[in-house]
This record gives sequence, C-alpha cells and structure tokens, in this order.
Amino acid sequence: MPVRMRTALVPFATLPLAACAGRQSALDPQGLQSDQILRNFLIFLIVGAVVWIAVLIVLCVGMLRRKRAADQPLALHHSFEQTTGRVVFALGVATLVIVLGLSIVSYAGQRTVFAKDENALTLKIIGHQWWWEVRYEDDSPDKSFVTANEIRIPTGQPVKVELESADVIHSFWVPSLTGKMDLITGQKNELQFTAKNAGVYRGQCAEFCGLQHAHMAFAVLALSADEFGRWRDHENQSASSPTDPLGKQGEQLFRARGCALCHTIRGTLAGGQLGPDLTHVGSRTTIAAGTLPMTPATLGGWIADPQHIKPGNYMPKMPLQSDELIAILHYLEQLK
Amino acid sequence: MTVVAEQRELRDDGLSGLELSARLDSIWRTPSGLLGALMSVDHKVVGRRYIVTAFAFLLLGGILAILMRIQLAGPEKTFLSADKYNQIFTMHGSTMMFLFAVPVMEAFAVYLVPLMVGTRNIAFPRLNAFSYWMFLFGGCFLWISFALNVGPDVGWFAYVPLSLLQYTPTKRPDVWAQMITFTEVAALAVSVEIVVTVFKLRAPGMTLDRIPLFVWAMLVTAFLVMFAMPAIMVASTSLILDRLVNTRFYDSSSGGHPLLWQHLFWFFGHPEVYIIFIPGTGMVSAILATFARRPVIGYPIVILSLIATGFLSFGLWVHHMFVTGLPQLGAGLFTASSMLIAVPSGLQIFCWLATLWDGRPVYRTPLLFVIGFIAIFVLGGLSGVMVASVPIDTQVHDTYFVVAHFHYVLIGGAVFPLIGAVYYWFPKITGRMLSERLGRWNFWLAFVGFNLAFFPMHILGLIGMPRRIYTYTADMDWAHLNLLSSGGAVVFALSFALLLVNVIISLRAGALAGDNPWDASTLEWATASPPPPQNFDRIPVVKHRDPLWFDNGTLPVVAGLSVERREVLLTSLAEAEPQIREASPEPSIWPLLTAIATTVFFIGSIFTPWAVLWGTPPMAVTLIGWFWPGGSKEDEE
Ligand code: HEM
Ligand SMILES: [Cu+2]
Repeated sequence: MPVRMRTALVPFATLPLAACAGRQSALDPQGLQSDQILRNFLIFLIVGAVVWIAVLIVLCVGMLRRKRAADQPLALHHSFEQTTGRVVFALGVATLVIVLGLSIVSYAGQRTVFAKDENALTLKIIGHQWWWEVRYEDDSPDKSFVTANEIRIPTGQPVKVELESADVIHSFWVPSLTGKMDLITGQKNELQFTAKNAGVYRGQCAEFCGLQHAHMAFAVLALSADEFGRWRDHENQSASSPTDPLGKQGEQLFRARGCALCHTIRGTLAGGQLGPDLTHVGSRTTIAAGTLPMTPATLGGWIADPQHIKPGNYMPKMPLQSDELIAILHYLEQLK
Repeated sequence: MTVVAEQRELRDDGLSGLELSARLDSIWRTPSGLLGALMSVDHKVVGRRYIVTAFAFLLLGGILAILMRIQLAGPEKTFLSADKYNQIFTMHGSTMMFLFAVPVMEAFAVYLVPLMVGTRNIAFPRLNAFSYWMFLFGGCFLWISFALNVGPDVGWFAYVPLSLLQYTPTKRPDVWAQMITFTEVAALAVSVEIVVTVFKLRAPGMTLDRIPLFVWAMLVTAFLVMFAMPAIMVASTSLILDRLVNTRFYDSSSGGHPLLWQHLFWFFGHPEVYIIFIPGTGMVSAILATFARRPVIGYPIVILSLIATGFLSFGLWVHHMFVTGLPQLGAGLFTASSMLIAVPSGLQIFCWLATLWDGRPVYRTPLLFVIGFIAIFVLGGLSGVMVASVPIDTQVHDTYFVVAHFHYVLIGGAVFPLIGAVYYWFPKITGRMLSERLGRWNFWLAFVGFNLAFFPMHILGLIGMPRRIYTYTADMDWAHLNLLSSGGAVVFALSFALLLVNVIISLRAGALAGDNPWDASTLEWATASPPPPQNFDRIPVVKHRDPLWFDNGTLPVVAGLSVERREVLLTSLAEAEPQIREASPEPSIWPLLTAIATTVFFIGSIFTPWAVLWGTPPMAVTLIGWFWPGGSKEDEE
C-alpha cells in the first residue's frame, strides 16, 4: 500500500492496517479503475471524518459546558429561537453544498471508471450456480476457446467482460481491479478494466446465489502481453492425448464412468455442457471455483466426493473404484 | 346518591372527580378473564402486547445474529451448515425488519399516540386488535416454519430468479412471501388508525403546530407505510403467483424480467428504512426535550425535515441497484438524490445539537441513549453518503461494508432511540421506574459492544469480504477482524440481557413512578401511570406546544362526553375544534376470529389453490360478525 494512502487512512490508523493488503482488497488497487475508485473513496472518507469529528466536538462541548442545573424547564425567548433557527438553516445549506460537491466528485469518478475503450480485449463470462464459465471468443472459431473459474488477461490492455447468467443473479467482482457488476438472466451487462501490474487477483461472486454462494470465487491472472499471447495460443489447442497406459485408461474411464456427460474436453469425445470445460484443467490454480488450491490431493478428493467439499453443488458423487479414481486423476493432471 | 337519568343521558360535566373516574373506568375497562383479554380493544392493552411481542421477535432475531457471528468468528468453522446459515441470515433479516423494527415502532405509536393527542382510544380499535393478531400469527407462522425446516433461505430481499420455483423448489419462499402479506395487512391497518387518530381525535386546541414531534413522526411514518407497502404487496403476490400457478412476471425466458422484482422490492425497501428510522427520530425529540429541559429548537424545521425525508425516501430506491447495469447518467442522478437526504437528516441533527447546547441536560439513561444515537447514527449516515456514490458502491455493495453501514443506521438510528424510549416510557406504561444504575451499565455495554461488533465490518468489506457467505478461508486475512466483531456482538447481546433483567426486577420491585416522573411536557404524562382504561377522566384542552410545562399546573378541560357509553371527541383537522361525539367500539371477539380465518386462508393457499375457495366463507362469516350493525344510537351535536 502506498505511503500517501496510509496517511489518508488516519481514522483507521488504530486498527490493523496490515489487513488492508489482502488478496481481494479494494484498498490495494492494481487496476486503473480500482485506483480511481479508491481516490474517490478517500475524498469521501476525509470529508466524512471531518464532519463526524465536528459533530462529536459540538456534542461533547454542548454536554460539558458549565451550566446551572435547571429544575424548571427553560423559558423560551423568541429572539434566541430565531437566531438558532438561522444557524441551523445555514448549516443545512452547508450540508447541501457539501452533498452537491460530493455528487460531482462521484459523477466524475463514475465517468472514468465506466469509460469504454473500443480496442478492449473482449471475453464473455457466464455465471452458473456455483462456478464461472469463461469464453474467449474470436471471429475465427479456431481462435475461440472456453475455460472455467480462471481468467487470464494481459496487463496494460483494457479488458471488456460481457456478463451473462445461466441461472440466478451472480455478481462479478475483483476488488483489486475494479468494482462489481451483476450477471442477470435476460440481460447483457459489461464491465471494462485494465490491470496495471502482473499478478494473481482473487475475485468472488458478490450477489447471494443460493446454497454455495460462499464458494463461488475465481482467479484473475494478469500476465505480460507476451506471456498472455503464448498462453492463449496454447489454450486454443485441443487437449493432447495421454501417451502412458494409465493416462489412456483414465481418458477411457472419463467417458465410460459418465464424467463426459457434463464436461467437455476438446479434441476428445467428451462434450458435456453442464459442468466446466476441462480441456486444460491441469494448468488451473484452484478447483471448485476457488474453493481449494489445485493439488493432486484436492483434485482427487473432489472427484471422489464433490459433495463433501462443496455440499449441494451440481456435480454428483460418481461411483468409482479407487484404481479408477487414480487413473482419471492421472489423466486430468496431464491436461495442461 | 341518586342520579336521575333524564331524557338526556348522563354527561361528565355533572359528576364529581371520583365518581366520574369510577364510572368511566367501568365502561372502558377491558372485560376480565381470558375471553375478555381476547376481546380487548383498548389501545393500551393492544399496544402493550404489540411491544412485548415485537421485543420477543427481537430476542429471536438476536439469537440468530449471535449464531451467525459464532459461525463467522473464525475461518472454516463447521458450527452451521451452508443450508442452516442461509436460513438463519434470511430469518434474521426478515425477523428484524418485518417482525421487530416496523412493528415495534407501530406498537409504541398504538400505545402512545392516543395518549399524546389526548383522546380515549385509537381510531378503529377493532381494526387495531385485528392488526395485532395478524402480526402475531404471521410471525408465529414464520418461526414455526423455521423450526420445521421450511424457514425461508433466499434472503430477506428474496431476489428472483433464485426465489422462483425453478431454483428453489421447496415451500420456503412461499412461506416468506405469505408472511410478508401478514405484516403488510397489520402495518397498513395501523397506519390508517394513526392517520385518523391524529387528524380527527386530537384534544381541542391541539392545532397542527402544537402536535408533539413524536406524533408528527408517526404521522409521516404512517403515510410512508401507506405508499410503500402496496409495492411489496404487488411484488410478493406476483412472486407467489409465479410459484404456485405458473404466471411469468419474473421469468425472463417468457417476457418477464428479474429486475422488475428489484424495482418493486426496493421501491418499498428503501422507504422501509425510513419507516423504521423516522419513529426513532420522534423518540429522540421527545426524550431530548424532556432531559435537556427545554423544547426542541426548530420545531418547524424538524417537521419539515420529517416530511422532506419522507418524500425523498421514495426517490432513491435505485441506489440499491447500481450494479445491475443501469444507464450511467440515471445512476448518477440517483447518487445525487440519495445524498440529498443527508440535508433533512442533518437539519434534524443540528436542531438536536442546538437543543442540547442551550439546554440544561439531566443525564439520565434515556438521554444517554440519545447521545449514543447521535454519535452512531451520524457515522452511519456518512457511510450512507459513501454508499450512494456509484463508483464507491461498485466496490462495497453486497460486502460487509454495507452490513456495517445499515446496522449503524438501523441500530444507531432506531434501536438506540428505542431503548431510550423503553427507559423513558416504562414508568408511564407500568407505573414503575427502571433502575438507573443498571441502565447506565446497559448503555455502556450497548455502546461499546455495538461499535466493537460493527465497526470492523467496514474494514472487512473494504478488504473484500462479501456478505451472505457462511464461511471463508484463513488465507483471506479476515479472521482477526471477524473474531473482534463476534466478541463485540456478544457484548452487545449482553446489554439486551441486562435490559431484560432490569425490566423483570422493576416489574416486581421498581420504585413507583407517579404521573410524571421526568417532569415532561406532553399529554401522556397528564394522566396516571399506568393510565386508566379511559386514559383521561376529562379531555384536556391544549393551549401550548408543551402543555404541562407552560400551562401553570392545571390543564383546562372540556366537558360533555357521555359516561354511559364509550365516546370519543372528534375535532377539526387543522384547528382541532370540537365537532361531534362519536361512539367508540365495545370489546369484541370478532377481530380475533377474523384474523384466524384470514390466517387459515393465507396458509392454506400455499399448499392448495383450493384454499382460495374453502378459505373464503369463514372469512366472510367472521367479517359479517364483525361489522354486524350495532345498536348504538346516533347523537350529534
Ligand atoms: C445483536 C445485534 C445484531 C448482530 C450481531 C447482527 C449481525 C448481522 C450479520 C452478521 C449480518 C450479515 C449476515 C450475512 O450477510 O451473512 C446481518 C444481516 C442483517 N441484519 Fe443484523 N445483526 C444485529 C441486529 C440487527 C437489527 C436490530 C436489525 C434491524 C433492525 C438487523 C437487520 C439486519 C438485516 C436486514 C440484515 C440483512 C440480512 C440479509 O442479508 O438478508 N440486524 N446482521
Ligand atoms: Cu454467484
């Protein structure tokens, strides 16, 4: 967190500031939009803090002023009531001026945050209970591909996400990069943002979307333009077939045991549409929409019993022998 | 002693004080026994029940809050399952908003407004009894469903499409939607009663500019209810129709739209917040005047602010929808209109500060709560200005920042004044004082506990914690602040336990209060504590805004009301000049029976559409019983 900001956050100073640098924090902006929003916020914070402290001072002084205790209620003086009435009115006008000023600050910020760039890299995000479908679409179909729960973007280039929902309302939110926007059935929303620095930023669904709303996160990987290009070219390709016998067995079981009813692996016969596309699942950093880090153990645990990790999600527990599980796991890990 | 009944029935002008009092008492008294209690139409009896019931729901809602805070005290706790947590936060929100905050304010109005305007009963007392029963049955229905595991779980806002049959095939959202209807009926009924009581039943001489500020606040609130409730009525009825008979109001695949729900819901939901807050301001004004030992400075400013707040509150519902992809310019305008409400709220605060500044404050418990209110509410209002800004809202919407914000506004703006009001009016209602020593403890525990519980949530929201999540992982760095917050919640809860202890001790052994223990200025203090069934032996005549302070000891009274039957005096709208004597209804069992029939109808219709058929006759019968022409003779003068 930059020093300038630390000083501005004086009212919070007594509280653990270290916490502000979390993985999903609006106070640690890494994007042009989140930066603008934070500046906007700090203006409001300072104005608010001044007003609040002023009110408290008036309150305390008013309470502590030495006054004779009064048994009888005070008599009223017409002229005094009038003067105070005027003071109150003047303060009201001052409030109005502050409020209008803040509205203008807000609107200016809003214009910047929602400014559109025609050359933005466009991708489509579709919310599902409780995971994210990410489509990189291109005019030529061989440059289009689909992935899930992880978004890779180039740094320094505006990115436009088109937001849709497959079921209920979700909300796309990566506080390090920008504010949120809802995904609503029957409506297309969009959001633009630009990552300043390379890094991994966490995002999370922010609109209550049912049982596992708490476990609907995702990762945004901001890569340098070169790296992004390389990743994109690779992601474009279909899955490479396994060469070892265990992998081959896994690929075969993937279809035979019903996984392929719901999942797609491009370049194979698996073409299910209900669950996330698994073409390059082995290269993702988390499983179950950001619920757990991707390791052989967590992936194995998930396939063995998805309801244990994320109760109520729409992937059923599949009847697998332990050797079958090992083969499928081995296969999936190779899908990089 | 013989009283010759002439042609003309007996009026109160001919009787001595004691005899008058005894006679009025016997005709206004609620009949004894269980049946009598069920028939009562005394606004004080109903109001007391209403208050106690609403506080019982506060207790239940508070227990749920603590359960949530236990679950969130640390990362990955398994104290509650996802399903239980979702039911609990939904029940917490719904209980607090629909079964506690709005009803408790109405309950105080039901009890206090008739006393404060100097009349014998509320307008439409049977409707009042009916409204209480509907509220009770609706609340019990919701909580019994919860106990039977059909408690709603789609949030107190019940957004579609999640709450549609397709995504929530259980009966849970139906239970929620029907409970809404119960509370709508109750709230609408009370607001009609309040409006008519204030407009037509004021004591002679209580012109519009002599109405106590609390009564003004309740009047504005009643109008808000009347304009806001129909929106949710339409919304929840459409929801239940979509679910039960397959209409398509909200289904985007066949011409409906999910945002329709949000517009309707927030068109109600935003004013709802003011329906809770404005009565709070009325309580603040009442308490402040008494303990600052002077009338609130800027009486007309306060009233205009209340009215302006009421109007504005209907013009800013869209700020709940800034991230649904609305046109930018429109959203920007709603920023301005939302922030504008800071002006009337600010004006009221300035008036109160000026009052304290000029007054000679006596620091008793009610005043402490008012001071706590100012500190907390101003902070909540300022974070409200932040949330009203579109860019800031895109970050903090649906995070714990918002949870912090609205608890500062709701608890700071309504619950603190309310607890102050409990300390303030308890002597009037029960005849006994609450302990001042426990009261101070109560205040400090509440103030410290509240801030510990909710201040950290601002930061949690900013560092990325969304709301309505049942768990989070340790690596999110949210654990410490959550633990702090949960600790604060426990302290805050203890303050309510202390209030309960104080109430129980005082009911048994509290010091006797006398008529006007605080030397307050408004009419409710002009009668005994607790007030007799007839409220006032003789109807007072008002000549000042603060009749008990500036009328040199004795209030003038009017004479001429019957002492043989229940009568209230109707006065003109603006000048409160006496117009006619009007009969006030006798106790009746029909409101209860009607409420039972209505409940059977509503609940039955969740399970079978046929309930609309077989549920109607009992309702018709009970309503006919209720409105069967009585035998009271007309007597206009
Ligand atoms: C002991 C005092 C209280 C505590 C500790 C508390 C705590 C909480 C918490 C932790 C949540 C967030 C739930 C979530 O997003 O997962 C919440 C939500 C809420 N609270 Fe409270 N609360 C308290 C009192 C109140 C009161 C007095 C009111 C109203 C007058 C209230 C109204 C609400 C509402 C409307 C929600 C939103 C529920 C939803 O998201 O659907 N709370 N409360
Ligand atoms: Cu979601």
